[in-house]
Amino acid sequence: MTSQTAHAEPSDATDTDTDTAAIAVDVDRVSKIFRGETEVRALDDVSVGIRKNEFFTLLGPSGCGKTTLLRLIAGFEPPTMGAIRLGTRDISRLPPNQRPINTVFQNYALFPHMSVAQNIAFGLEMLGKPKAEVQRTVDEMLHLVRMEELKNRRTSEISGGQQQRVALARALAPHPEVLLLDEPLSALDLKLRKDMQIELKRLQHETGITFIFVTHDQEEALTMSDRVAVMSAGKILQVGRPRDVYERPAERFVANFIGESNFLDATLSGGTVELAAGGRFEVRVPEGVRDGAVSVLVRPEHATVHSGEPGEGEIAATAENVVYSGEATVVHLRLATGEAIKIRLANAPQGGEAPPRTGGAAAIRIAPGAVTVLRD
Amino acid sequence: MVETARPTPTETVAPAMTVPRREPRGYSVRTLPGFAAMAIFTFVGLYAPILILVTYSFNAGSSLAIWEGFSLRWYYQAAANEAVQDAAIRSLYLAFCAASIATVAATMAALATTRTRRFPGKTMIYSLINQPLMIPEIVTAVALLIVFAAIKVWTGHTSMIYLIAAHTAFCVPFAYLPIRARLETMDTTLETAAQDLYASRWLTFRRVTLPLMWPGIVAGLMLAFVISLDDVVITEFVKSAGQETIPTYMLGQLRRVVTPEVNAISTVILMAGVILVALFFRLTSRRR
Repeated sequence: MTSQTAHAEPSDATDTDTDTAAIAVDVDRVSKIFRGETEVRALDDVSVGIRKNEFFTLLGPSGCGKTTLLRLIAGFEPPTMGAIRLGTRDISRLPPNQRPINTVFQNYALFPHMSVAQNIAFGLEMLGKPKAEVQRTVDEMLHLVRMEELKNRRTSEISGGQQQRVALARALAPHPEVLLLDEPLSALDLKLRKDMQIELKRLQHETGITFIFVTHDQEEALTMSDRVAVMSAGKILQVGRPRDVYERPAERFVANFIGESNFLDATLSGGTVELAAGGRFEVRVPEGVRDGAVSVLVRPEHATVHSGEPGEGEIAATAENVVYSGEATVVHLRLATGEAIKIRLANAPQGGEAPPRTGGAAAIRIAPGAVTVLRD
Repeated sequence: MVETARPTPTETVAPAMTVPRREPRGYSVRTLPGFAAMAIFTFVGLYAPILILVTYSFNAGSSLAIWEGFSLRWYYQAAANEAVQDAAIRSLYLAFCAASIATVAATMAALATTRTRRFPGKTMIYSLINQPLMIPEIVTAVALLIVFAAIKVWTGHTSMIYLIAAHTAFCVPFAYLPIRARLETMDTTLETAAQDLYASRWLTFRRVTLPLMWPGIVAGLMLAFVISLDDVVITEFVKSAGQETIPTYMLGQLRRVVTPEVNAISTVILMAGVILVALFFRLTSRRR
C-alpha cells in the first residue's frame, strides 16, 4: 500500500474524530431531503470529520448519497438539517463562490469557449488576483499537471485524460482549502485511470490540500485514500483507514461492498466466538454486539485449505469446485453445517502443496485474527 | 492506380471494390414508385413562381409576361423611387427596433424558463410567450387596430411607436425559440463550475452563460428581423397614414399598374431574407 509508506502522518495518530484542531471539514448531523412528487431522504443524519491534508474518500453504490454530500460541502445545495463547518466556521448557508472549496466535476465541465490557460485562470480572475500573479499561477499549474504545450488549445481539441488534468489544474489554481472530486476518473479507460490515480496522489501530496474524493470503485478507494467512509442509503456506515475498513468491517454491507467475503454463523460469548462449523476464535467485539448468535466474516485469503482429514484447530469441509486463475486458486467448499465458504490460495511457483480436488475431503485452517464479528 | 504485370494481393482486391455493390434491400422512400415525379413536382411548384418573378425583374420591357431582353432598368427605377426609399428605410428601422427589443425580451424569457427551478404555471408561460404563433394574425391585427385607434384618438399621438410595439409582440416567439433551444442544450454544470470558481451570479452570466448562448441570441435576432421585414397583415392594420413599409407599399402598387419594379423590390428582399436565414441556420447548426 503506497499511501502508507509515502507519509505516516495523521491517519496513524488517532482513530477517533475528537481531535477538532486538525479537522478541515466538519459535517455535523446533516440531513438532505429532496421534496418532489415523493420525498427522498438523500442524507440521513450524517456526521463525519475530515482532517486537514487528508485524502478522504466517500465510497458507496450509486444513490447512496455520496455525491449529495459532496454537493452540500461545495455549496451547490443547502442542507435540510445540520451544519457544515470549515474548521470551526459554519459555511452551511454560504453560496459556492464564497467557499474556499473547489470541485473537479465528473464530466469536467471545462468552459468550451476558453482555452486551456483561460480555463485555469478563471478562478484566480474571479478572486481579483493581479494579472502577473494569475499568469504565474497558471504557468505553475500547467507545469504541475504537465500540460505546458497545450495551454493555448481549445478544451474540445484535447483528449479525455488531458481534459481531466485541466479540470484538476483549474480547481487547484486558486489553492482552495479543500478539493472535491466527483468520480473524476470514471470516464477514463483502465490504463489512464491507473495513471491518474498515481497522479492524484502526487498532486495531493505536493499541494497539501485536503482531498474529498467520491467513487463507487472500492479498489480505487482502497489504493488512494488515507481514510474511507463507506456509505449506503444516505448514511455513513463506517469510517476508517482502508486496512481497517477491509479487515474489520463493522457491518455486513461494508464487508460485502469491499472485497470478497464469507459470512458464517457463530456464537459469541465473552470475547470468543465458536463457529457453528467448529473452531473457537478470539475476536474484537464491536460496540453494541451482545453475546449470543452472531454473524462473522472471514476473507477468502485469510484462510488456507488442504486435502485430507482436519487436524488440531482445523475445520472439515468438502471441496465443491476448484478454480485456477493464474496468481491464485479459488476453492469453493461446503461445511458440515451446509454453509458455503470460498478460500483463495496464492499459487506457489512450483507445485508446493496441491489444493484439494473437486469432491474430495478437505481441512480448513483460519488464520488467527481473521474472524471478524459483524454488527448487523 | 499503377498497372503492373503481376497483381499483388492488394491490387486484386482493389478492382473488386469498383464493382457496384448491391445495396441491402432495406426500406427507403427513394425506392417508392413515383418518388422522383413527386419530388420534381413539389420543387417546381415551390420554386417556379419565384424563378419567374426573379427573371422578369430583369425584363427590359414593362410587361410581366413578355420577355424583351435583359436590363437592370427596374432596379434603377426602384432605387430612384422616393416612395420605395422611404418605405425601405421605414421597414429597416422598424425591423431593427422591433427585433432588438424582442430579442432582449426573448433572452430574458428564455433564461427565466430554463434557468429557474420548476414553478407552477411554467407550462402556461411557455404557451403565453408563444401565443403570437398560435393566434391568427388577422385577429391580432384587428385587436390592435381597435386598441391603437382608441389610444390615437385619446392622445393624438401617431408616431412609429405603434408599429414598433406591434412588431415587437409578434417577433418575441421567433427570437425566443432559438435562444431557448440553445440554453436547453447548454450544460448547466458549466454555470455551477463558474460559481464554484468564485464567480458571482452576474459574472457567471457575463463570462459563461452569455458567451455560450450568444449564437442563439444572434440567430433569434436575425429570425425576428426577417419576420418583421416580411409582415403585411398587422402592419397594414396598425400603420398610420403615410407609414408605408416595403410590403405595404408593394401591396398598394399591386392595386394599380403592375410593373417589374415590384419584381425588382421582391428580388432584393428575397436575397436579404435568404442571406439572413442561411446565416441563421449556420449559427444554430454549428456544434459549439
